Amino acid sequence: MKTNSNSYTIIYSVILVIIVAFLLAFISKGLENRQNANVALDKKEQILYALNIRNINNAEADKQYKTIVEADEVIDENNKVLAPGSIGGEKDGFKLNSADFKAGKLALFICNIGGQKKYVIPIYGMGLWGAISGYIAINADKSTVYGAYFNHESETAGLGAEIKDNQKWQEQFKGKQLFKDNDPKTIALSVHKKIDDPKTQVDAVTGATLTSNGVTDMLHSCLSKYMKFLSDK
Amino acid sequence: MALFNKQNKEVFASPLNLNNPIMVQVLGICSALAITSQLKPAIVMGLAVTIITAFSNVIISLIRKTIPTRIRIIVQLVVVAALVTIVSQILKAFAYDVSVQLSVYVGLIITNCILMGRLEAFAMMNKPWPSFLDGLGNGLGYAIILVVVGTVRELFGRGSLLGFQIIPDSFYSAGYVNNGMMTMPAMALILLGCVIWVHRSFFYKEEK
Repeated sequence: MKTNSNSYTIIYSVILVIIVAFLLAFISKGLENRQNANVALDKKEQILYALNIRNINNAEADKQYKTIVEADEVIDENNKVLAPGSIGGEKDGFKLNSADFKAGKLALFICNIGGQKKYVIPIYGMGLWGAISGYIAINADKSTVYGAYFNHESETAGLGAEIKDNQKWQEQFKGKQLFKDNDPKTIALSVHKKIDDPKTQVDAVTGATLTSNGVTDMLHSCLSKYMKFLSDK
Repeated sequence: MALFNKQNKEVFASPLNLNNPIMVQVLGICSALAITSQLKPAIVMGLAVTIITAFSNVIISLIRKTIPTRIRIIVQLVVVAALVTIVSQILKAFAYDVSVQLSVYVGLIITNCILMGRLEAFAMMNKPWPSFLDGLGNGLGYAIILVVVGTVRELFGRGSLLGFQIIPDSFYSAGYVNNGMMTMPAMALILLGCVIWVHRSFFYKEEK
């Protein structure tokens, strides 16, 4: 067979591309449900991590989430409830992503841990190389942090990625105050290299100044959208 | 033809040592620097590259006689890209944690020079079985170096291996400090240089 002619080359490449395209489409469609289930489960686990429930397996995480979350509300910046959510929240606030967040639809997870009411707020921001996100759990007083979890897409392993991998770093957020002197005007919770106010400031990750700054910006820009909700006590 | 005759053994074993893709051919350095700051991603990346090199070698070897010479590189690239996408999709569905940890690096396997190098230099002119062994050998040769560099960097840069703390707390209270330089890619290049140096002085006799 003459494999150097123009027509052979063109037909060959067309057939190859069609085969590969069908194969990839088929595999992507076939695995879609499993992948979506994984993403949803991962989100549930992140919310549980923010509530300091760690080291549990997937099945248990699914079960715990159902019992802990009382509602996944959607509110707007004026603290008006747009959707009431449901027990074991998977329908309203749970479905929202960063685009909805920018459009002013704010998710609010109302949780119950051993009889105590906790609020979990999702936050979205930019790190050094890509998007970062997280969940902040707040006590019923709407000013004390109960726990925090951060996630990233492409920060450097060992440096910026520490915001996700280093559990001890995340635990530093426990007990911090959102506002300076408990005055709900501006968010004071932030990440700093040098700490002046240990009540609201968290030690930055060594060697990851820009990612740490990204976390601070994310906390400020996202939590201030919840200002009406947080000051309404 | 015997499956493990002398020639095939040679094909499999030489990239592990005397013809190692990183130490001797100096291919795939970029990813070796980027993902070795911890041991676990280094191991997973090594395995992923091994699997993809082996199977893309087999596929290219099977269709090698039909490939038009003028577009052979494009054909190789399409095969590799398709395989990488499939592996990444499977990881997302069945090993979500691992796929999150490797994030962008899985996609970067496509640009790993080892793959293109082996496809062009070996699979285009050999039968499927030797090509499979060649891909396996080269992938493992790459993985070994990744594991060595990853071990040193995680041990001295963070005092742990695979996330478990190795250097005891008493060392830290006695004044021992983790070497922050180890977590930087620059140190990986220096370590890699040392590995190549040691390897050459022991095994590799340059022809005079």
